[in-house]
Amino acid sequence: MSEILKGRAWVFGDDVDTDLIYHNKYLAETDPKNMPQYAFEYYPGKEHFAKEVKPGDFVVAGKNFGCGSSREHAVYCIEYAGVPVVLAETCSRIYYRNAINNGYPVLFVKGISEAIKEGKIKDGDQLEVELSTGTIKDVTSGNEFHGDAVSDLENDIMQAGGLMEYLKAQAAAKK
Amino acid sequence: MGKTFAEKALGRAAGYDVVANQVVTVEPDWCMSHDNGAPIARTFKKIGVKNVWKPERIVFILDHAVPAPSSDHAVNHKEVREFVAEQGVKHFYDVTSDGGVCHQKMCEEGFALPGLIMVGSDSHTCTYGAYGAFSTGIGRSEMAAAWATGKIWFKVPESMKVVVTGKFKPGVSAKDFILKFIGDVRADGADYMSVEFHGEGIENMSIAERMTLCNMGIEFGAKNAVCRPDQKVLDAIKKNAKCDRWEPLWADEDAVYAAEYHYDLGDIEPGVAKPHKVDNYGPISEVKGTKIHEAFLGSCTNGRIEDLRAAAAIMKGKKVAVRTIVIPASWIVYRQAMKEGLLDVFLDSGCVICNPGCGPCMGNHEGILAPTEAAISTANRNFKGRMGDKESFIYLASPMMVAASALKGEISDPREAL
Repeated sequence: MSEILKGRAWVFGDDVDTDLIYHNKYLAETDPKNMPQYAFEYYPGKEHFAKEVKPGDFVVAGKNFGCGSSREHAVYCIEYAGVPVVLAETCSRIYYRNAINNGYPVLFVKGISEAIKEGKIKDGDQLEVELSTGTIKDVTSGNEFHGDAVSDLENDIMQAGGLMEYLKAQAAAKK
Repeated sequence: MGKTFAEKALGRAAGYDVVANQVVTVEPDWCMSHDNGAPIARTFKKIGVKNVWKPERIVFILDHAVPAPSSDHAVNHKEVREFVAEQGVKHFYDVTSDGGVCHQKMCEEGFALPGLIMVGSDSHTCTYGAYGAFSTGIGRSEMAAAWATGKIWFKVPESMKVVVTGKFKPGVSAKDFILKFIGDVRADGADYMSVEFHGEGIENMSIAERMTLCNMGIEFGAKNAVCRPDQKVLDAIKKNAKCDRWEPLWADEDAVYAAEYHYDLGDIEPGVAKPHKVDNYGPISEVKGTKIHEAFLGSCTNGRIEDLRAAAAIMKGKKVAVRTIVIPASWIVYRQAMKEGLLDVFLDSGCVICNPGCGPCMGNHEGILAPTEAAISTANRNFKGRMGDKESFIYLASPMMVAASALKGEISDPREAL
């Protein structure tokens, strides 16, 4: 896990709600592979995200990312776009659980909400992210940030590849 | 050191003493799903378990788009019905006159009970705290896993104590208080926390008002929100409690809190959440006169008989100036409103009454907004484009303010309409 991920930053603000990430009018869609085309369609100034995001790019956000609904679409539409990790100051409880349960990492990064507001990390910046240490380097601006590690149970679920895989492994171990 | 409500409820379910930040695995008393039961059923089938752990603990309530407004919705409903039959799910509320908005049904049918652990694949599952339950929303994968295993993990949350004293002045209600509160603590104010509402201000409230408070818990990040299950609750559940596993639990006097707030309800004035965030609070003085194109009275937040009565009292004998959609939260509420003559009041005023369900709250049908239009709504979210076009605007308000505003076609002070 010492791999360093490299990609472009897509930068969002605080309180990015689930309708901004994945609007409720597309909720009838249930195949995660079809969800990235609707990602951030309602977020002002990020309507082009779905078309232009490349595998390896990062979603960077401030406080309370994913507040609102319990829809997992809001995780899938980012995950299946090839974004390897969401970097946020904090995220809503349900969003976080949905991410963990799908084996998808969200890194909590102290101070990134202010850094976004102060322009210390900007949309389009090139980032280098090391998941194992939580180190985030903004190569464009030269700034560095640090993310928190996840708890043991959460890590176990993620390492298994998500809640489903974790439960299957638990059941197999019992037999 | 005393215990919080969350420590007691999760400790009771775990079978041992727990403290905040400990991770526990518990068996849910009820698992509730609505129209999204269909994709959950599909996920469930991938796990490789043949049967749900306890079909008598699973509840399905179709409400998000009923009757189905599109073939996609119809397919979901069909799959839910097939899953219910196949798994022998005991509690199913289909598109019939027994139905309604899921959270309203969970409360009025006696599922919401003190001390129970309740999960739902809907973020407003926190509503059942009005009956003293530990209830919270979860995602679809997690619900599928809960059906398969009968288990769910929780980190015992830290708690926030909100102490409420005093009484509302005329024209002011629980919705005005909770919108003001969310404006103060912000949308992430209680992220991951259990929120306890304490004090005589809460004791004086009806269960319906407490449901409004707990329903909005998620809008400031709460894992769950809860009021003390007092005599009002015990009297209400006597008639139809769905199980006997319940037990009234409440926090100890010397419990430890991560945050504490005090409010006097007498200080609260009518207010709204302005577009496009629930914590974008504005007192009536700031928004009065704002032009609206639609008024919506209903939802799991404010579609109860008490809400309809409050709105009808203002509308009686007057005509609405904009299209006004009234949706009772359940058919029980609908029938009661009919008996009391409230439906006649709404019809005489020019309102449209739709069948119980979520209606336009999340933009499915029955009142979608066009570009540049603004709505005043008693629901719980005003996210950009939630009720329709992304260039539309939603103001969240109390039933009284929605009624007063519908009459004038602009945001209006309900105190002047009493």
